[in-house]
Amino acid sequence: MNDAIRCEAGEWVEVEYVLLEVAERAGGLPEDTAATPLRAWVKGFARTTALIGDEIEVETMSGRVVAGHLSAISPGYTHTFGTPPPQIVGIGRDLRARLATYRLGGLGVDANVPQGLDERAGE
Amino acid sequence: MARYQDVMARKGEIMKRALGMDYAQFERSPIAFDYEGMMAAHGYSLDDIRRIQRAAGVGGTPLLELRNITDLVRSYAGSGHGARIFVKDEAANMAGSFKDRRASMSIHVASEWGYAGVIAATSGNYGAAVASQAARAGLACIICQETFDSRHVGQPEIVEKSRLCEAFGAEVVQMTVGPELFFHMLELLEQTGYLSASLYSPFGVSGIETLGAELAEDMIAATGAPPTHVVVTHAGGGNTTGTARGLKRAGAVDTQIVSASVDLSGLHMASDTDFNRKSFTTGHTGFGVPFATWPDRADVPRNAARSLRYMDRYLTVTQGEVFYVTEALSKLEGLERGPSGNTAMAAAMSLAHELPHDATVVVQETEYTGAGKHHWSQLAFAREQGVEVRAGDPAENVPGSVIVVPERPEQIQAKDFDLARMRRSYVRNALSHAPEGYEPNPADIVFLAEDTNTTPATVEEIIAELAAG
Ligand SMILES: Cc1ncc(COP(=O)(O)O)c(C=O)c1O
Repeated sequence: MNDAIRCEAGEWVEVEYVLLEVAERAGGLPEDTAATPLRAWVKGFARTTALIGDEIEVETMSGRVVAGHLSAISPGYTHTFGTPPPQIVGIGRDLRARLATYRLGGLGVDANVPQGLDERAGE
Repeated sequence: MARYQDVMARKGEIMKRALGMDYAQFERSPIAFDYEGMMAAHGYSLDDIRRIQRAAGVGGTPLLELRNITDLVRSYAGSGHGARIFVKDEAANMAGSFKDRRASMSIHVASEWGYAGVIAATSGNYGAAVASQAARAGLACIICQETFDSRHVGQPEIVEKSRLCEAFGAEVVQMTVGPELFFHMLELLEQTGYLSASLYSPFGVSGIETLGAELAEDMIAATGAPPTHVVVTHAGGGNTTGTARGLKRAGAVDTQIVSASVDLSGLHMASDTDFNRKSFTTGHTGFGVPFATWPDRADVPRNAARSLRYMDRYLTVTQGEVFYVTEALSKLEGLERGPSGNTAMAAAMSLAHELPHDATVVVQETEYTGAGKHHWSQLAFAREQGVEVRAGDPAENVPGSVIVVPERPEQIQAKDFDLARMRRSYVRNALSHAPEGYEPNPADIVFLAEDTNTTPATVEEIIAELAAG
């Protein structure tokens, strides 16, 4: 993300705007949703210079001109892979071990030889 | 008149232009319409669709046999049990999921009919597919996505799908939670004159028929016969509908169609606070049940995705089971794939365990994974939202409060959703959408029986029961 607070005309930015105020929203919404306006964000090329929070127009990738408050300059993506959850990390090790045990047990002992085992026996 | 009501009042005329076809010609009564007539109206044969998709770089994905997962299931199935498990690797499509098949057809007609661009409302995979196909065809593309809660926080999976749409050059209108997304889509359709590339148009759903047909052919090549079972991750119902229709076209009339969704019961789909507690963005019961029991809630006058016509069983699995299976697939099969396809994978492992060795179960799709879509990031995000994540018995999973990751594969046990109950609520919905006092005629009864894959006698019984209260 970019820490700049001023964008120049032509820069790639994001604007935020309200699509429907609380009083304009559809009927029948759950209370929590009904209590907030319907907001939207869209990215595009700034048409003028502006400060974060200023009203500005952008031209989007489809060529539409959209007005809103400048909410980000050079907006990036920061989602990640997260960290290994302790409930997940052991699954691969445990299942490989189970599979190995099952296949050993299957060799010669069980008439029900696991499908595909023969061709793999020499691997 | 207020802006919302004003736009909604013009819905009919906006949609007629934006869909490029008049659905009124298929209506037969306040209840019945000519479904097969609507599906055939575009005039493309299955071979035409294959040609269009090949030219668009879509389809022809590999079918993989999962020998390690099969043996894992056999390690705890009773003697002689444990079906062979296969997967159709749909993540190999350009935008990473089977949604490319749908998008390729919508983009094809948009180009043929001279539209300058397309608009779609979607949770994301379809958006990426439309954006990718639109880029190839030189069309503009706008995607409307419910992305954030009112704090401007989004599930990492949703944010990643937004990113991919933008990577392919789409304008993504990211919105907070609410069904008025449809209202804004109408405004944009009116403003731009673009085609509505609805997920639920006959073009899109016909595009999935090639997936069903391919997998029947792939299985005949691999095993000498069509699969005995196909497991389909189910949300809006296009996946089930198109796949089943394609299987039938390829002659696989005895294959059992098993739809599967993640159980998100108890979470409200339009709730701002529940929005980020789902840990799944599609393939869940929050879409799966309402769309199966009333398909015409979609953004088209008549939905081409009518899943009750085709499903033989509907299985639900828990969030924790899907995350477990996602990790297992990666570590045992070298196949790191996203959550939606793995919903069907979890159900398939449970199903295969009840079936004999010579049964064949095909999981009909995978989807791409990566930062944000990965199960590790979804679990980290769930914890940040206050959801407890622990290991244990998946039966203790509570959507929105506790995700329980199984400790052993035999704990993966899909649950049958009651299809009789779904048929009943479908019939109730169909009757309640007809004008007050309308009496269904014999042709309506036949239509309702076809639309729920049951008999006219059963429909009559349901109607009598509903009337009795
Ligand atoms: C990867 C993937 N699988 C399955 C589904 C479910 O498909 P449908 O909505 O047609 O039931 C979706 C749709 O959101 C998806 O993106």
